[in-house]
Amino acid sequence: MRSLTRETLIEYLFAATALLAVGILAGIFLLLFTEGIPVFRYVRAGQFFSWNWNPNAYDQPDYGILSQVLSTLLVTGGALAFSIPIGIGAAAYLSEIAAPRTREFIKPMVELLAGVPSVVIGFLGIVVTGPWLARSLGTSNGLNALNGSLLLGLMSLPTIVTITEDALRAVPTEFKAASLALGANRLQTLVRVTIPSAATGVIAACMLGMGRAVGETMTVLMATGNALAPPQGFLDSVRTMTATIAIELGEVPFGTAHYHALFVIGFVLFIFTFLVNSISDLILLRFQRKMHG
Amino acid sequence: MKKHSIFLCLLLPAIVSCGRPASEQQPAAATIQIKGSDTELNLVQRLAEQYMKKAPDARISVTGGGSGTGIAALINKSADIANSSRAMEQSERDQAKANGVDPWEVVFAMDGLSVIVHPSNSVASLSLDQLGRIYRGEIKNWKEVRGPDAPISLYGRQSNSGTFVYFRKTVVKGDYSTAMKQMNGNAQIVEAVKSDKSGIGYVGLGYIKDRATGKVISGIKALTLGGPGPALSPLDPTSISSGKYPLLRPLFHYTNGKPSVTVLNFIRFELSDEGQSIVEHEGFLRVNEEYQKQNSSKIGS
Repeated sequence: MRSLTRETLIEYLFAATALLAVGILAGIFLLLFTEGIPVFRYVRAGQFFSWNWNPNAYDQPDYGILSQVLSTLLVTGGALAFSIPIGIGAAAYLSEIAAPRTREFIKPMVELLAGVPSVVIGFLGIVVTGPWLARSLGTSNGLNALNGSLLLGLMSLPTIVTITEDALRAVPTEFKAASLALGANRLQTLVRVTIPSAATGVIAACMLGMGRAVGETMTVLMATGNALAPPQGFLDSVRTMTATIAIELGEVPFGTAHYHALFVIGFVLFIFTFLVNSISDLILLRFQRKMHG
Repeated sequence: MKKHSIFLCLLLPAIVSCGRPASEQQPAAATIQIKGSDTELNLVQRLAEQYMKKAPDARISVTGGGSGTGIAALINKSADIANSSRAMEQSERDQAKANGVDPWEVVFAMDGLSVIVHPSNSVASLSLDQLGRIYRGEIKNWKEVRGPDAPISLYGRQSNSGTFVYFRKTVVKGDYSTAMKQMNGNAQIVEAVKSDKSGIGYVGLGYIKDRATGKVISGIKALTLGGPGPALSPLDPTSISSGKYPLLRPLFHYTNGKPSVTVLNFIRFELSDEGQSIVEHEGFLRVNEEYQKQNSSKIGS
């Protein structure tokens, strides 16, 4: 009897810890919402849908967030353009081609990459990739969206490689055996059978990598120049939503329009990452059902 | 049983730290928390190090984040001294007042804010008016100021920086061009201009002066600036001592009310001859007579 109550007590405790995460998420949502809403006392909603962001302007403040949203999309899109092909290629190699010993060596290395602090990657962007881009593209400097994309691609690589590899390895060997038996070579099997069967898992991996790139702050803050002008292309300096919050929240006077406007950006960003992560989770779930159900 | 003790070990620190009475956290007050200006960061750190050698009981922690961040910390009472490379604004003073904070100001060093370009740039001098037009985005190419035919790439600071605000108020007199790249600190601007042939940036004097020679560090060029008068260099002692260099500016400390003895002793050290020599050694400038008078009327001798 005594052990039973203890058992239930511990069960409740663990349930509480699990619920804590949900509670915190709901709390963050609520906080961003309630802190963001008061901005509409000072600023019309329409002002957010313009290009200029300049809350502590010399004379007339502007609260347009479109330039930042575009910057975030640009950098993230560029990052995925690097990391998806490389990530899928690496995962295919690891799961299908590499000898077990090679895989045991490479996989932990890729995972280790995920542990490199973002400030270190940002530093890399300033001293290595930035100047390199400037030299090879003939621009005066390399603090632009492309530099950010390169680094964020690097940072989302571990997520993409690990999850894609899991997905590829979950493909039943019968599929591959059947394909090989029909006369397809290994490359044809990989491209036409294995990867398509794992498609949902691969897509989920890319979406999670995207979530990583969208939310990344320090690296883009250091490597992309943070100019406020709406970017015209990858060679323009950009200021992402995350960078704006990081730069401005430290000094903004509490309770001002600027303060609340930063929470609006946070809210937009939250919705963005929430959607990306939810969709990828749904896809992943479907994939697991398909493979195991 | 063993499992439980592990569990307890995990929980224990959490419980202990929650239940710690406020009085136990009191010794933290003996540490002087200094926060703010990135321009002042290295300098104040150096001053604090030297001071702690002389006064072993003193504990000083200096962090950056920008003048705006330092002043916000002072208003929120999370810093003993706010470092600021610009004067506190009226809105901030009002806010401080509303929070029960009474800002007390002292000038502990001075800076000749320097405008830097790549050494290969043929432009050696600009007027403040030209500089303002460049940073407002009205002049977009170096050839408009008798330089090479290359688009100007602007480097500046972020809005939490006192230097950002000071430069905007004294030179730009309007909004910065949105094409300006907003860098994280003085050192980043120096690095960026070193590798950008058509770059221009503004940084504190201590970040461009070579300690040994007193000349500009290699890899950049400091422009001479002309206001209404002739163009002057921030590295020329006479243009500084005469007070004519157009971007000569005081570097401030702000405290809440007249500081406690612990904090005041540190400030006295900074203003002492020894402290001022350190200021000079770090590439910045001694407090001039005007501010010396202001300081001594506040501190008393």
